[in-house]
Amino acid sequence: MRRACWRLAAALDRQSNRKEGSSLGLRRCYADEAALKKTVLHDFHVANGAKMVPFAGWSMPLMYKDSIMDSTINCRSNGSLFDVSHMCGLSLKGRDAIPFLETLVVGDIAALPAGTGTLSVFTNQKGGIIDDTVITKVKDDHIYLVVNAGCRDKDLEHVDSQLSAYKASGKDVTYHIHDERSLLALQGPLAGPVLQKLVQEDLSHVYFGDFKVLKVNGVECFVTRTGYTGEDGFEISVPSEHGLELAKAILEKGEDKVRLTGLGARDSLRLEAGLCLYGNDLEQHITPIEAGLTWTIGKRRRSEGGFLGADIILTQLKEGPPRRRVGLISGGAPARSHSDILDESGSQQLGEVTSGAFSPCLKKNIAMGYVASGKHKEGTTVKVSVRGKLNEAVVTKMPFVPTRYYKKA
Amino acid sequence: MALRTLVTRTAAALKQRCQPHLMQSITVVLSRRYSSVPDDLKYSKSHEWVKVDGDTAVIGITDHAQHELGDVVFADLPDTGTSVSKGDAFAVVESVKAASDVYSPVSGQVLDINATVKDTPALVNKAPFTDGWLIKVQLSDKSELDSLLDAAKYKEHVEHSSH
Repeated sequence: MRRACWRLAAALDRQSNRKEGSSLGLRRCYADEAALKKTVLHDFHVANGAKMVPFAGWSMPLMYKDSIMDSTINCRSNGSLFDVSHMCGLSLKGRDAIPFLETLVVGDIAALPAGTGTLSVFTNQKGGIIDDTVITKVKDDHIYLVVNAGCRDKDLEHVDSQLSAYKASGKDVTYHIHDERSLLALQGPLAGPVLQKLVQEDLSHVYFGDFKVLKVNGVECFVTRTGYTGEDGFEISVPSEHGLELAKAILEKGEDKVRLTGLGARDSLRLEAGLCLYGNDLEQHITPIEAGLTWTIGKRRRSEGGFLGADIILTQLKEGPPRRRVGLISGGAPARSHSDILDESGSQQLGEVTSGAFSPCLKKNIAMGYVASGKHKEGTTVKVSVRGKLNEAVVTKMPFVPTRYYKKA
Repeated sequence: MALRTLVTRTAAALKQRCQPHLMQSITVVLSRRYSSVPDDLKYSKSHEWVKVDGDTAVIGITDHAQHELGDVVFADLPDTGTSVSKGDAFAVVESVKAASDVYSPVSGQVLDINATVKDTPALVNKAPFTDGWLIKVQLSDKSELDSLLDAAKYKEHVEHSSH
């Protein structure tokens, strides 16, 4: 879905920069740690054995004492608590908030029922994706959205530049950055039962994509039933002064089954769920059609356009894009990002892997990447190049691991 | 020995994903352990070990290295007969997220590789100093061994590099 883990690979082991060579086990951080921003849970992470890494300007937990393999599996069998406070929450308010937002994103925000949200993308003039975001309509004059930490500055600059022109015509839109809040993601099959112990509201009527303002552990929070793992779960925006006590309460109610989980497992989980990572799988030059996010373009928007790059995007919608994002399962060594994808004979390049890893749950190498249209069909056999070896790969439907969102029957 | 049993049981528990309790409790115990550093081996600063036997040597990665890497899921080993040079990458081990080069602590010709590790990469985690060895080489310059660290020096190196 979203979430700038785009420096994750670099933080992990400089893996994508093989020329430099990454030596065994040494993941020391030479960045200026003092310059990194810290979430309110920083000391709590360290006290719980977290390995902290620089990530989009923040010091964030890569993993705790559990291995990435164990953490990934535990999220799907029990539950995970992630600190994702680095992500940027925004409120857009005013009579014209929705029409304004619709000039920037492809979704039909006007048609969203109040109290629900959806994945969407900000586009540029060329139809490329500036960022992906989850947009919630709190009510007709209040939109809440969460954007990637790594895209925060450029997103805000983009919004500002578009907004000044928009407001010049006398429109009513303002925005607020929720820097006073922290964001926790509670994910996995125990997410519902555990959160239920901390709220009065009957969560069985809160479905995937729903948004509520709820008292959680006695404190008013924005609760969205969403996530980035493919599992059922919630993202809870809590006033920062209550962030630590809420994290502790969730872990206590989770009875050691819901475990602190870092960015490493988060990346495995989202890849298994077929969800895009901005900076890897989504980029300024990739359109939502190419990315397989056509479903985010509302029906009305397809006929009306009215967002940046609409001409290019709607033409691609009609005529088909030149390349498409696909899932791959490959043999041999895992194909990481920037591995070439070639045709079956290994002679013609079809595209490039944008994310790839060993799947802890499937025990196979999974990847996503872009291939020329025509080679994107499920079951197409291709080759992926890893350190000069051509490994067999098959275009595979995503999600790799079935998603388990809590939806109305 | 007790440690070895624990590690083996962890792997078994991992295979049975439906037993999260067992998996977690063992993982917690495991993560509190200290890296072992056998006295009879030589070490490189880049976390490889060498076991010398006459003119040949067995090479692998240390317990500290495997612990830092996490679950090893793939090992790319050189072909028998190829030459390795001290300080050059001769293998790649891959964990869930990352590929890491393994540098040769010595120069020589590859006499044998651990084919079992290719099939069962987790051996590198389970038994880094024994069943998880990577290659065996014919040493071309035994004097290179003098520049390697002994167990005490390597322990110091690990402690120093882990804060």
